[in-house]
Amino acid sequence: MSVVTVQLGQCGNQIGHEVFSALCSDVRGTHGLCSRKENESYHDSCKERFFCEEESGVPVARAVLVDMEPKVISQTLSMAARSGHWKYNSHSHFCQKQGSGNNWASGYSVHGPRHKEAIMNLVQKEAEKCDRLGGFFTIMSMAGGTGSGLGAFVTQCLRDAFPTSFILNHVIWPYGTGEVIVQNYNSVLTLSHLYQSSDALLVHENDVIHKICAQLMNIKQISFRDVNQVIAHQLGSVFQPTHTAGEGSSYSRNPLGDVMEALVPHPEFKLLGLRNIPQMPENSLPYSTFSWPGLTKHLRQMLIANAKMEEGIDWQVRPPHPGSSIPSTNKPLHFNTSIANLVILRGKDVHGVDLGSFQDPSLYTSWLNPQDAFSAWKTPRAFNKYEKSASVVSNSQFLLKPLDSIVGKAWNMFASKAYLHQYTKFGIQEEDFLDCFTTLEQVISSYTNL
Amino acid sequence: MTQSVVVQVGQCGNQVGCRFWDLALREHAAVNKKGIYDEALSSFFRNVDMRGGGNDPDIYKGKICSLKARALLIDMEEGVVNEILQGPLRDVFDSKQLITDVSGSGNNWAVGHKIYGCQYRENIVEKLRKTAEHCDCLQCFFIIHSMGGGTGSGLGTFVLNLLEEEFPEVYRFVTSVYPSGEDDVITSPYNSVLAMKELNEHADCVLPIENESLFEIVNKIHQMINSGKLGSTVKQNSLVTSSAGSAKTLQEKPFDAMNNIVANLLLNLTSSARFEGSLNMDLNEISMNLVPFPRLHYLVSSLTPLYTLADVNVPSRRLDQMFSDAFSRDHQLIQADPKHSLYLACALLVRGNVQVSDLRRNIERLKPSLHFVSWNQEGWKTGLCSVPPVGHSHSLLALANNTCVKPTFIELKDRFMKLYKKKAHLHHYLQIDGMEQSCFSEAISSLSDLIEEYNELDATKGGPRIDPLRLKIAV
Repeated sequence: MSVVTVQLGQCGNQIGHEVFSALCSDVRGTHGLCSRKENESYHDSCKERFFCEEESGVPVARAVLVDMEPKVISQTLSMAARSGHWKYNSHSHFCQKQGSGNNWASGYSVHGPRHKEAIMNLVQKEAEKCDRLGGFFTIMSMAGGTGSGLGAFVTQCLRDAFPTSFILNHVIWPYGTGEVIVQNYNSVLTLSHLYQSSDALLVHENDVIHKICAQLMNIKQISFRDVNQVIAHQLGSVFQPTHTAGEGSSYSRNPLGDVMEALVPHPEFKLLGLRNIPQMPENSLPYSTFSWPGLTKHLRQMLIANAKMEEGIDWQVRPPHPGSSIPSTNKPLHFNTSIANLVILRGKDVHGVDLGSFQDPSLYTSWLNPQDAFSAWKTPRAFNKYEKSASVVSNSQFLLKPLDSIVGKAWNMFASKAYLHQYTKFGIQEEDFLDCFTTLEQVISSYTNL
Repeated sequence: MTQSVVVQVGQCGNQVGCRFWDLALREHAAVNKKGIYDEALSSFFRNVDMRGGGNDPDIYKGKICSLKARALLIDMEEGVVNEILQGPLRDVFDSKQLITDVSGSGNNWAVGHKIYGCQYRENIVEKLRKTAEHCDCLQCFFIIHSMGGGTGSGLGTFVLNLLEEEFPEVYRFVTSVYPSGEDDVITSPYNSVLAMKELNEHADCVLPIENESLFEIVNKIHQMINSGKLGSTVKQNSLVTSSAGSAKTLQEKPFDAMNNIVANLLLNLTSSARFEGSLNMDLNEISMNLVPFPRLHYLVSSLTPLYTLADVNVPSRRLDQMFSDAFSRDHQLIQADPKHSLYLACALLVRGNVQVSDLRRNIERLKPSLHFVSWNQEGWKTGLCSVPPVGHSHSLLALANNTCVKPTFIELKDRFMKLYKKKAHLHHYLQIDGMEQSCFSEAISSLSDLIEEYNELDATKGGPRIDPLRLKIAV
């Protein structure tokens, strides 16, 4: 089954380009470290999911590019074409001239309805090219105007037009100290709307990725390109083909559906965080060796201690004693309670790895059996030059603090009524804001009481 | 890509405007080596086929034929505009973009606003419409004028009004030169306060400029060059005051250096909208992020660096110095000290080889020494444009919505009251048709209200931070 990607706004388009680049270069690489048969299977599966063939033989990304001003899209299209290894369909993009001015209301209430038909036509065309449609993957930031506002509107349209398809929104959370002054308003409006129409929100925070670039990747002058490449690597580690049904099975064909089944048992809980190890500069890779026990141990501790990366993990954090039912107020501080987790392992000798420690019932809420709360996907085919690579996608309290912080700051600004006139002039009123705040306080409360 | 139109009114407006067009051509020539008419150029220039002989249709692609500025030049005396038309920029404007008269406004706002406004209204509207028709997607009007005189101040604000009526959807950014204390125009306080009321009500954003600040910056540069402290030579064309490399190679006039600073301000302001970058900042985003309440739309600007040394490798320490300078008193374009007042919002537009980590590092470094209003503690708007200005490898424009404009306004009010109490020169205004005492009382009242809004915000500075209670959810 194929996934149609919708890239929204400057951020969405810049990241989308890095994602397809990473997928393509991984597939073309010779570092698979597995049998030729395995490699071919992997290649075919990836192609089916994300690309379609053209007569020229150059794979064409299954993507629709949307932005309200032309500079980024034209840059993105030409960068892809210049690579020679893949490209975008030259017709699958929509842009306007003026941009959304970082105004969620402008993106949602003005541009959305105005351009709905044109955008949905492009999406429909891409969907029709798929033999079987596996769902939609949207990439957007929530701080600006287009990705956030128009993105929320488009997600709603996707839900209306494709009621039975999976929709996964990849959302970028901005730096805490601001890229956009009204980013907290835009974030609150985006998240509350996406929560209604989307199946799940997969989140990356700029602050976290920035730290990874600085401390793990040793990059001196970090550019947005560096940040986006780390994000693309992490996404690739989740969405490249895997055997979800154990050794000997063929590659899974329904990546989005599998994610939803594994991680989203209840519609109130849709926030997914992502951690990936190891992360290091490319030129250090030949000098490093990894062991699965080491990697899985670190990954598990990162999960339960809510560490953002593999350095600076707090090893003191331990799960509560098993067997006793403990009210949430008595749980150890800083312990990250999970609803469901998905671990993905890629590389040599992967099928023998023991992941029992992830099935420890004390990691989870009591609603699901630990066997149902935990899923593991594996492939012996190494990913992106890393001999061994492990990721965890987690529906847990990972994002509770950041979400609470964003809502707090937005509420603080809302109480002073600052900037509201910019939104009301496009039809978003104070009551709409209040509804959004209520929705998110509900989400915060639900996650807090796990 | 959107277009912007510059409306330059009065002597000051036109002199600054002239520098702007000159430097804009220089900037685009440096970037656009192949001579192709591209989207960046189209934001300020039309590409016209001159062979049509009078009809001059626009050419949208391909090689540059003849560039025409998207501008309207308005002055009620002919001297300045005539000079422009005889100078090296004459081909950039055509006669259909000019509105002139002979006798000037006599430094009287009422003459500019009421008499000439009325007289030239239709002419102005028609020419504006024509200019707008040549634009695919008109986003913004830039008005350049001074506040202290008669034409720029009176007719300039009349045009501002007109723009709101005729083109309500298009942004109005106004660059206003405020008079200094020792201004030789006695009635400049009257003109300025009457103009302020119009700016309060009809402008989207105002960038106030004070001649004193420009003068100090020019002096600072002269001192640095002549002191010989620098060691290596300074790149001539990198001076924020210089016209080197531009069309105007005739002898520089005394105000040219100062006007170049303002021209550079406008170029940097629009750079992210014209050129590519990893984090674009368009004009509508500036208005959205920096104006928390409709009337508080006065932005203090600062430009750094003022010059670049000839050595190419710029260590990161110098980059950090650029950020520090942007917040120092010496680099502001009005006599104000934002560091010791309250920030409502701040925008940083970086050009050139600067990455997001440099930006983040400097924000973290400078934040502790700045005071932000309680509801916007982390209120930074940032933009990264890849194309640096001519002669520099990187540059920074900082725009601050800060209560440090208050003293400027209070001083203006004081100077106004000094004259008004004695009714000095009032008759020159009241004898004009349409002017009444109420115009003055309304204007001063508008200014007082504005000052009061800033006062209320200042009162919150330094006080205890009380976060409002969050909504409670029943569990």
